[in-house]
Formats: sequence, structure tokens, C-alpha cells
Amino acid sequence: MATTDLTAVLDRDEDGALPVGLTLLSGAIAAAVLSPLVWVAANALEADGAVSLITAPTTVEVFINSGLLVAGVTLGSLVLGVPTAYLTVRTDLPFKRGFSVLLAMPLVIPSYIGAFAFVSAFGPRGTLQGLLEPVGIETLPSIYGLSGTVLVLTLYTYPYVFLTTRAALKSMDTTLVDAARTLGHGRREAFRKVTVPQIRPAVAAGALLVALYALSDFGTPSIMRYNVFTSVIYSVYGDILGGGRDLAAVLSLQLVVVTSIILAIESRVRGSGVTAESPNTRTTPLRLGRWRWVAVAACLAVVVAALAVPLAVLTSWLAGAGQPTTGQLGFELSYVTNSVGVAAAAALVSALAALPLAYFAARHDSRLASLFERASYVGYAVPGVVMGLALVYFGATYGGDLYRNGLILLPLLVFAYVVRFLPQAVGSSRTSVEQVSGRLPEAARTLGRSPIGAFRDVTLPLVAPGVAAGAALVFLTTMKELPATLMLRPAGFSTLVTRVWTAYESGYVGQAALPAFVLLFVSALSMLLILRMEGYDVE
Amino acid sequence: MSSELRAPARDDRDGAERGKPDDADGEPVLELDGVTKRYGDATVIDDLSLSVREGELLTLLGPSGCGKTTTLRLIAGLERPSGGEIRLNGRPVSGSAFEPPEVRDVGVVFQEFALFPHLTARENIAFGLDDMDEAARTDRVDDLLELVGLVDHGEKQPGELSGGQQQRVALARSLAPEPHLLLLDEPFSNLDVDLRVEMREEVRSILQEAGVTAVSVTHDQEEAMSISDRIAVMYEGQLEQVDTPEGVFQQPRSRFVASFLGHASFLSGRVEGDVVETGVGDIPTTSINGLAPEYDGTDIDVMVRPDDVVARRPAPDELANGEVIHRRYLGPTVLYRVRLDSGDVVGCMHNHAEEVPLDEPVSVSLDADHDLAWFPRGSQGRPRRADD
Repeated sequence: MATTDLTAVLDRDEDGALPVGLTLLSGAIAAAVLSPLVWVAANALEADGAVSLITAPTTVEVFINSGLLVAGVTLGSLVLGVPTAYLTVRTDLPFKRGFSVLLAMPLVIPSYIGAFAFVSAFGPRGTLQGLLEPVGIETLPSIYGLSGTVLVLTLYTYPYVFLTTRAALKSMDTTLVDAARTLGHGRREAFRKVTVPQIRPAVAAGALLVALYALSDFGTPSIMRYNVFTSVIYSVYGDILGGGRDLAAVLSLQLVVVTSIILAIESRVRGSGVTAESPNTRTTPLRLGRWRWVAVAACLAVVVAALAVPLAVLTSWLAGAGQPTTGQLGFELSYVTNSVGVAAAAALVSALAALPLAYFAARHDSRLASLFERASYVGYAVPGVVMGLALVYFGATYGGDLYRNGLILLPLLVFAYVVRFLPQAVGSSRTSVEQVSGRLPEAARTLGRSPIGAFRDVTLPLVAPGVAAGAALVFLTTMKELPATLMLRPAGFSTLVTRVWTAYESGYVGQAALPAFVLLFVSALSMLLILRMEGYDVE
Repeated sequence: MSSELRAPARDDRDGAERGKPDDADGEPVLELDGVTKRYGDATVIDDLSLSVREGELLTLLGPSGCGKTTTLRLIAGLERPSGGEIRLNGRPVSGSAFEPPEVRDVGVVFQEFALFPHLTARENIAFGLDDMDEAARTDRVDDLLELVGLVDHGEKQPGELSGGQQQRVALARSLAPEPHLLLLDEPFSNLDVDLRVEMREEVRSILQEAGVTAVSVTHDQEEAMSISDRIAVMYEGQLEQVDTPEGVFQQPRSRFVASFLGHASFLSGRVEGDVVETGVGDIPTTSINGLAPEYDGTDIDVMVRPDDVVARRPAPDELANGEVIHRRYLGPTVLYRVRLDSGDVVGCMHNHAEEVPLDEPVSVSLDADHDLAWFPRGSQGRPRRADD
């Protein structure tokens, strides 16, 4: 009892009003996060002949290309992700636990490194062709273009669908399927009528992540020489004070609009899935029979293509470094310290910005609080290329000498990271604030603490681990970020990521080997952290 | 920390004091004066006035959503009232002025205990003692651990303690700064049923030893009656009655109070001279509490508890006046529901050995050794007596 009394009062402050300081602070953070987007929109609308740019042949081609890429990658991810999830949860697939881990692992490989490796292995004058030349095969089907880009992006994004589908299948009450079967439905019919509606929201959520990734990814289409929004924006941004500026702004705005459309479609498709409170999953797994080994072979093929190929390629680069074709290792410690430096700065700023937003949203059930929190999520949907572009514009227009001598670039770069990855910190901070009962700071108040004292002595120590986990995630994600880093780094400032990129552009792949391995390691760490935070279960 | 402070509040059960708690002996530690709390359009507490004397334990009792927890939060300063005034030791703390909770000198034991999970039991208890020097603080924590019987558990984290131990730490923590007033919000509701009864006794004796004035909140009438000096029954944001446990149980001021505190049946009757005619026979008006002469010739309802009436097989020369329609076996006792020939249905509690068969005519008679409460027919409350 008393819960009714309590819920009536829980979400309100002493007098039901919102605290002024916290409201202003959260509002300021939300406004800062939204500012690059506003900047891009304003520029695009001001662009000379915006309408003619939108209907120009290049723009239309880029639009169609991006659409095809997103559709292809999303479809491909569903085709790979859903069956593999079903196989590892509901069947007697051999080595289920091993596959549960291995099939999620491609997320660890940043897609630009995957693309780089695929081009190096299967491209013209690549490893495969070198091996096949003695046999007389002189040309391979081109890896460049739409099909190659779809293939590579699918291999590195399907795990989003795989993971969300698995989670839904595991949390689904299997007695529902049993019930359907006792009501005279066959296994296939039960799957269609019971399982599919139950897992559809999760599959849609995974597909959303894939679609957003495919749309915003810059590295892969660039390496695979396929013209989409991101690669075209990047290629014209160098000329930002000239004619490229308008095109870049218009394309950026279009990209943001397409992103919003994808978000809208997803919320339509998702519907309302219901998860059982304590799922009963005691049903017997589907027996695959003689199809078992076919299933194993299929899963293995995915794992080999996505994991073994890039690992083998990277290893061969490392081994071959020093030879004329691969170039020198050319590794400097400053790449690591630069990467770690900006990532640490981004993590720290994100944690500091996330805490007020998360606290405000978790403790005050007001529209304003949830509006501010949502605003912080917008950055997630803004592609890095757009963010980089907006801030380069901003720096060039208002930075003056600070921009010309490059002093403003590092702060802008950190700001770009924070805007893009703040949701990671807000999410886990909010969860940890929600887990601290509102009674605890109240107890501290009745024991003589001021509101600030209660926050410092009780709330802060309890939410610190959650905030730190969020910051760690921002740190690791920042280490891998490519487009904004390329666009905003000051001259002579190299990080692990920019080293990989320079090696790709110059063709000296040996120089990419070490930074790429370090990035894989960082990526693996961030993946472990995410899975741990979400309680991934390989059983 | 002495027990002399406790006022002998239980002694005046039959005197004229009842119903007039405000001027009883003992200084009022807490006064609520016309306190109102609204959330938007919803009025949660409506014009509530109440005072709590030095050293007593007063319980706010009422069903879910009656506003009792909100009242507690208003007293603690965790909410601000929409109207009225709250005074602690005569000093206004809400209303004309507002004192935040940290300066009110009011301790709170929260429903879910609200122990700080990152601190040990000792650190939790010491939390409100940061103005003491190290040695004094250690001594004080030692004293409190001893008071609540947890000397060996000081270094444990809250998660390592059982429910009863957590509650004792919460109690010790709130008593540590020697508050003028202690508030307990549903203090036993998070405990297992077995532990609940045991902890009630224990908490009461700890409070007595600490000599602290306390206000507790519960929806459990048994708990309220067993620990309180006085009970304030709340319903829909208003105070229904403030009285000793015996007073609210035997002489409820309203039908709500009558049925909320245990099983209550009503015998419809008519006042005729010096008797009230009912379905179980005539009851002398002298056995009806405070029945004024002006009610002669009117219809009233006389309240009976299950232990006030007995149903028997009629003796050979006796006429039956009712029929058993339901029987609930409760172990030591049996609760019968009897439909009287007059149409009233009354509950009777019997020893489990006294069997009365179902669906047989019985003779029901009154067997009460105290005055019975009554309500005018069609009214929810009782008329105020001249001495109120």
C-alpha cells in the first residue's frame, strides 16, 4: 500500500516545480547538441539555387545510390541475422554457444577496416587475383560498386539484427508456441502466427540500426568507390568556401531527412511487442536432423567471410611490412596518445553533460525533461560526415584566426564526438539514476544534508559506476570514429584512425596494419562492455 | 534518552479526555493546523488539524490512498502544503515559513528503509552525525547498535542484512541525531508476516527506551492498535477520529471507522423509552454509549463486534430469532454469519469447540460487557456529544 500515495508524489519536487538551475543547465546542453543540425539546415536553405541542386543529376544519383545501399544492406542483414538467431536459440545446432559468440563478433571489426581488407583481398591486383593468376584467371568480378558495398556492410552490420532477434527469441514465452501447436497449428504455422508477431519489434529495431548505419557510414562506400551521400559530401567539403559548400549543405540536409524517414518507418513497423515477465523457455529445441551440418556450414561461411578474411589480410600486411608493395610500418606512439587524448576528452565531457540530462529526465516526470533527453539523442542519428561538415562551416565562418591557425579544431572535434555519442552516456547514466530510489536522498535530507550535500554523499557515489560505464563506451566509440576525425583534425594531427585512412589513400597498406589491429582491440573491448551492460547470454 | 518522557496516555480511556487530545497533558511537539495538500485538481489532504504530545506514539491509520503518507512527508518537509500551517515545538515550519527537511530535527524511517547501499551499517547510522567529532560519533554509533541489538553487524553492508536487521539499522540511523520527532512510514510492511509481529514489539520498546515522540503510518489496523498510544483514522484526506486504540475500536465516530477497525455489524433498532428494540431483543439505553434522550422514538443502528453476540441452538422453551447462513473456520475461532428474523445480518465469533450447524434456526443474544456504539439511521457519523 501507500504506493498510490507515493506515486502521486514521487515525481514532484517539494512544491511540484522544476528546479531552475537544473532545468537551465539541461536546456543549455540540449541546445548545444542540436546546434550543428540547425546550422546545417540554415545553410542548406540559404544555398544558392537550393532547388536546382536538389534536382541536379548528381544529387538524384546520390539519392538513388544511397537508397539502394540502405535497402540492400537492410535486406541482407535480415537474411543473415534472423535465421542465424533462430538457429542458435531454438534448434539443436551443433556448437550453439560457440556460434552465439562468433556470429556476434563481426561487430568488433569497424566496417572501414573490413572494406579495406576486402578490397585488398579481392580487388584488382589483390591477393586472390595474385593467387589465381598462375591458373590463368586474369580478372575477377569487380568488388567495387553497389554489390561489393552491400556485401561488406551486410557482413559487419547483420549482428545488430542477430543480437536483437536473439534477445527477443530468448525472452519470448515458448509455451505460446506450445499452445498454438496444441490448438492444431503446425510448427511452421505456429512460427508465422505466434513467433513472428512476437519478435517483429526486436527485428525491426535491429534493422533500424542497420539502416541508419548503412546510410551514415562514410568509410565503406568511399573505399568501395560507391557514390552515396556521405562520400560525396566528403569529397566536396574541401572546397567549402567555394561552390562545394552549397552542394554539401543540401546533401547533408537530405541525408538528415532520409534518416528521419527511416526512424519514422521503424516506429510504424515495430508495433507493440509484449515480452513475458518470466519467460518459460523449457520447450524442446527444433531437431534439425540431417540439415544440421548444412546449418553449421552456413554459419561457418558467414563467420569465415566476416572474421577470417580481414584477420588474414591484416596479418599478411603486418608480416609483409617493409616490402615495397606494403610499405613501412611507419608507426608512431603519438597516434595512440592522440587517439586516447581526444577520446578521453570526449568521454569526460560526455559524462559531465550526460549527468544533468539523465538526472533531470529520471527524477522529474515533466515534458521538458524528456524533451531535453530526446534532444540529446538526435546527435546519434546525425551522420559523422554531416557533423564534421557543420562544424567545419562553423569554424571557418566564425573561427577567424583561431580557425586559420587550427587552434579551434581540436575543441570542435571533441564537441563533434560528444554530440554524436552523448546518447551512450545518457542512456546508462539515466538507468543508474533510476535505480537509486528517490527515498535515499530524502533520507539524507532528513539526516541533515542540504540538497547538494545529499546529491554529493548519496546519489553521486551510487550513480558513478553507471556514468563511468557510459563514458567508457563513448571513449571506445570515439577511438573508432572516422569521418568527423578526418574533417576536423588539425594539420599534422594523426590518430590511429587517420593512419589507417592515409594508408588506404596512399596504397601503403603496411602502414595500416598496426593501427588497424589496435582499433580491432579497442572495438572488441567496447563490444564486451556493451554486451556486459546488456547482459548478453550465450546459452 | 530516558523513559520518563513518555506520557501516561493509555490511562485515561474512560475519562472526559477522550476526543479532546489537544489539551491533554504533555506539550504538543507537533501541530498541524488546517493543512491542505493539492496536486493539480486533486485534493489529497483536506483541512487536516492534529496535534501530537511529547513522548507519545500516534499512528495515522487509513486505507490505501487516504493521504497518510503525504501527511508524513509534509511533516518531514519533503513536501510543501498547499494551505494551513505545520508547527514543531510551536515554531512554524510549513505555511507562513518553510524550513527544509535538513533543519527540522525530524527523523524518518522510510517504508523501504532507504539504507544507503554504498555504506556499512555503522556508516549509515553515523550519516546524520557529521557535526560530532570522531570519538563522540563512534560512541554514539556504538550506543545505537547496542540499543537495536546489532553490535556484531556494524561493518556489514545493507545488502548483507536481513529485513529485520535492515529495519533496525534504519531505526538506529534516524534516532542517532536525537530528533525531536520520529516519523515511521509503514515501517513493518516490508517484513515477512512472522517477523512483523516480533518487530512491532521490538520497535515499540526501542522507541520507549529512546523516549522519542513518534508518528507512524499504517494501513494495518492490528498494527496500529498494538503499538500506538493514540490512533488518528484517516479517510479520503480527512481525519475521521483521533482516539486511543480502545476508543476508536469500541466507540467509532463514523461507520467508516467502525468497519475499518475490524469486523462490524449493525443491528437496526428503535429507541422506545429506556430500551432499544432490536432483532436480538431489547437493549437497555444505559448500555448504549451516550444515547441522548432526544433520540427517543427514532431509528438507530447499534454496532456490534463479532465477540459481542452469541448464537446458540434455542433452548426447548426458547424461540429462535435467526438462521446461520455462513460459517468460516479460522482455527481457534469460528466466524458465523447469522441472518436475523428482523433482516439484519450479524457476525458472531465463537470458540472452535462451540459448534452451531449451518442452515438451522438459532437464538442470538447480546453478550457485551461494555457500552455499545450507535449511529442515527441513515447518517454516516455519530452526533457530537455535549462533552466533545
